Amino acid sequence: MNDMTPEDRKSALKGMGTSRKRVEDARFTQGKGNYVDDIKLPGMLFGDFVRSPYAHARVTSVRKDTAMALPGVIAVLTAEDLAPLGLHWMPTLAGDKQMVLADGKVLYQGQEVAFVVAENRYIAADAVELVEVEYEELPVVTNPFKAMDADAPTLREDIAGKMDGAHGPRKHNNHIFTWEQGDKEATESVLSGADVVAEEMIYYHRTHPCPLETCGSVASMDKVNGKLTLYGTFQAPHAVRTVASLISGIAEHNIRVISPDIGGGFGNKVGVYPGYVCSIVASIVTGKPVKWVEDRMDNLMTTAFARDYHMHGKISATTDGKITGLWCHTTADHGGFDACADPTKFPAGFMNICTGSYDIPVAYLAVDGVYTNKAPGGVAYRCSFRVTEASYFIERMMDILAIKLDMDPVELRMKNFVRKDQFPYQSALGWEYDSGDYHTAMDKALKAVGYDNLRKEQAEKLAAFKAGESRSLMGIGTAFFTEIVGAGPVKNCDILGLGMFDSCEIRIHPTGSAIARLGTISQGQGHATTFAQILASEIGIPADDITLEEGDTDTAPYGLGTYGSRSTPVAGAATAMAGRKIRAKAQMIAAYLLEVHDDDVEFDIDRFVVKGAPERFKTMKEIAFAAYNQAIPGIEPGLEAVSYYDPPNMTYPFGAYICVMDVDVDTGVADIRSVYALDDCGTRINPMIIEGQVHGGLTEALAIAMGQEIAYDEMGNVKTGTLMDFFIPTAWETPNYITDHTTTPSPHHPIGAKGVGESPNVGGVSMFSNAVHDAFRPFGLTQSHMPHDHWRIWKTANQLGLHG
Amino acid sequence: MSKKMHLEMTVNGQKVETLAEPRELLIHVLRERLGITGPHIGCETSHCGACTVDFNGKSVKSCNVFAAQAQGAEVTTIEGLGDPDNLHPLQTAFKEHHGLQCGYCTPGMITRAHRLLQENPTPTEEEIRFGMAGNLCRCTGYQNIVKSIQAAASEMNAAKEAAE
Repeated sequence: MNDMTPEDRKSALKGMGTSRKRVEDARFTQGKGNYVDDIKLPGMLFGDFVRSPYAHARVTSVRKDTAMALPGVIAVLTAEDLAPLGLHWMPTLAGDKQMVLADGKVLYQGQEVAFVVAENRYIAADAVELVEVEYEELPVVTNPFKAMDADAPTLREDIAGKMDGAHGPRKHNNHIFTWEQGDKEATESVLSGADVVAEEMIYYHRTHPCPLETCGSVASMDKVNGKLTLYGTFQAPHAVRTVASLISGIAEHNIRVISPDIGGGFGNKVGVYPGYVCSIVASIVTGKPVKWVEDRMDNLMTTAFARDYHMHGKISATTDGKITGLWCHTTADHGGFDACADPTKFPAGFMNICTGSYDIPVAYLAVDGVYTNKAPGGVAYRCSFRVTEASYFIERMMDILAIKLDMDPVELRMKNFVRKDQFPYQSALGWEYDSGDYHTAMDKALKAVGYDNLRKEQAEKLAAFKAGESRSLMGIGTAFFTEIVGAGPVKNCDILGLGMFDSCEIRIHPTGSAIARLGTISQGQGHATTFAQILASEIGIPADDITLEEGDTDTAPYGLGTYGSRSTPVAGAATAMAGRKIRAKAQMIAAYLLEVHDDDVEFDIDRFVVKGAPERFKTMKEIAFAAYNQAIPGIEPGLEAVSYYDPPNMTYPFGAYICVMDVDVDTGVADIRSVYALDDCGTRINPMIIEGQVHGGLTEALAIAMGQEIAYDEMGNVKTGTLMDFFIPTAWETPNYITDHTTTPSPHHPIGAKGVGESPNVGGVSMFSNAVHDAFRPFGLTQSHMPHDHWRIWKTANQLGLHG
Repeated sequence: MSKKMHLEMTVNGQKVETLAEPRELLIHVLRERLGITGPHIGCETSHCGACTVDFNGKSVKSCNVFAAQAQGAEVTTIEGLGDPDNLHPLQTAFKEHHGLQCGYCTPGMITRAHRLLQENPTPTEEEIRFGMAGNLCRCTGYQNIVKSIQAAASEMNAAKEAAE
């Protein structure tokens, strides 16, 4: 090691800033991943649900006899069987409760009515058909506005008349909460006296995260030792253990929750679902391991929808385009139960980031949550809690205001950005933005795409269209987003009372390699690769010599899991802090070995050197060995540390996105010509992985903006329950992306990182939607609802009279 | 439940036999009866391609093949493409070019790409995108998958040329 240059020593670590290849890939490329459906335990049984074909009905009887008579059927569980255990209902993450199995009625199509347990999945599926359920249909409410009508049927009879909800007073039996932020009076007064006001209803449709692997669990109750082991698709395994303990009465130390490899999450795997609970109960009842894995239709119909926000907005400005106020009233369709995965004090998530990247002096936001006959959920689909909704709202309102002001949408944004010198910036709706440099990012993006030339080309294309020489319109979509991620400070962020800190525990082995365990769980983000890089830079041990483990509650320290881009901002910070504790002890050991005072040695890449005498040093490898074989006065043997990190603030990644599309007015096909995405996620840990995250997030944004939705008919039937109807872009429909970045570190994060996985979805949806709108702007279009599939685009063209 | 049949196949070059109901899907026979868990289940309706295997020399979604149709078949899964000491160029390229994230689509993706490169050893980007359109990925946005397949094709063609 002595003959290596400092650069060589540094690159040998593969620390932060390196595009280190992923350590996860060896197993995944060779078919050796271990996902929940790969788990096979001796004597394991298989569970499957009888689901309601109706969106709203009374369940008058459930007859099991025929099903039970089928050879290989072990049990059929109903709410009646679960009631004595108190498990026929379960608490939701949002302070509501949800039926595990239909307790007298069903509230959405696909709701779980009975759980069949059989020797294998074929017998279980056969038996599901043999369970005879009688329903008495009730009037169905799928429109959240009609749900609030005085004569609307009461959906949740269990809480009828109970007018104090988990988030304050309820004003109707189908009302869940009203959440208000900002200054209503001041905002309305500014709006009423404003030069210009743009008003619009922005609907962000219901969609679904749809990871390629559906949700599932394997529960194994070991009655001899009184221990329950629960494997499952859990984005928050530790929280699942606590919830499982609270609802089952099994002591928490007797429950071991394991998240094995997870085939994508995107928010779908944050919640607790009836399938998890039923697999546990079935294992307790049968004494055997029980597996439950949902099929794709179950997944799309029942677990974890996202969005479904009707956002009524008003934005005011001076005639020269300086924004003076923002007002928003959102009607949030939560389905049959309020199972939103938001921090407790935020029933509409961080929707109050809806002032976006702009210096808006006064704002008001109110959100009304409403019950309907749709599936529960309300998860953050590849975004922090409700941040995509907020960002889409403000980015549409900006474009609509630009139309009203007859301004270029970029010019309007530039004019209103929070300036670099305003950070830390206090927003009108209560957040403190940590750092940003929006003008620099936007300028860089404009230059990269040649914005002025694009606008010229667009004008030429428009002239050709008007002259009858072409049937296609060019749209330029611009979006500038500010995310709010890294939930969050324990003082205001908790889920079910559990503070949203996260953790890292490190053990250095005698030979100088290490294992680190975190409270998070990767679902494709590459934590085993990137967190080892943080540690490599912090403690001078090569990333290749550090094993990283997550997801086993018996071994990993407690943490709140991976969603809302919180892993790097929170667990990444814990990792750095735990690393610094290791380094502090290593410094004392090094000083002892070098026979100098602690303060006379300093850390240098992979070693401690004597200040002013760099030839005298001890490498981390030597220090690690000494920690285990030397009796050092005043220092305990061993070298390990744990850190529980409570972040002082959220982090605020941002970015400038621009795309160009050509819209064929006759076919409604939008041909995406180019996509440029500039992200600023603070300090960059692994550029290769960041780029991969941006590609993926943009593609999910493309899906949502251009075709993906969970649609219901008036009877509450799900019209998009398979991958035939629910749009997921293939390689053929997906464009290539150009990625770029600026770097504005977070001032409060130990390594300045902000998180990136969800930014491209937050910025991307607005970008694609704005491009479609921009194409039709010359013909008077202000707002058309997503998803912009061919039919809707054709319809827009038709309504604007473009079909002659 | 129907009477089980005696199913014989060649899987990854080895003769295998098992009892299975004729209605069982090939993906379930592979995963649950033969312990070959590389191919995954993402939809069971032939849309996602996570269960793609090579079936008598063609890419087939094994969730749409009954056990009864697989009698005597030659099946290759991700497990048959390479081994830790001798990885298939596609396996190396997917790692090298970050062509995967959660890994769930990867076995089907690589197995399909393996067949695509036999059908067309020098595909253009457009031909790769079209040829891979039966395999969905939710994580990568495909850009690096395309790059991985291009890199593997170059590697395989260079090796072929060197051998000739």
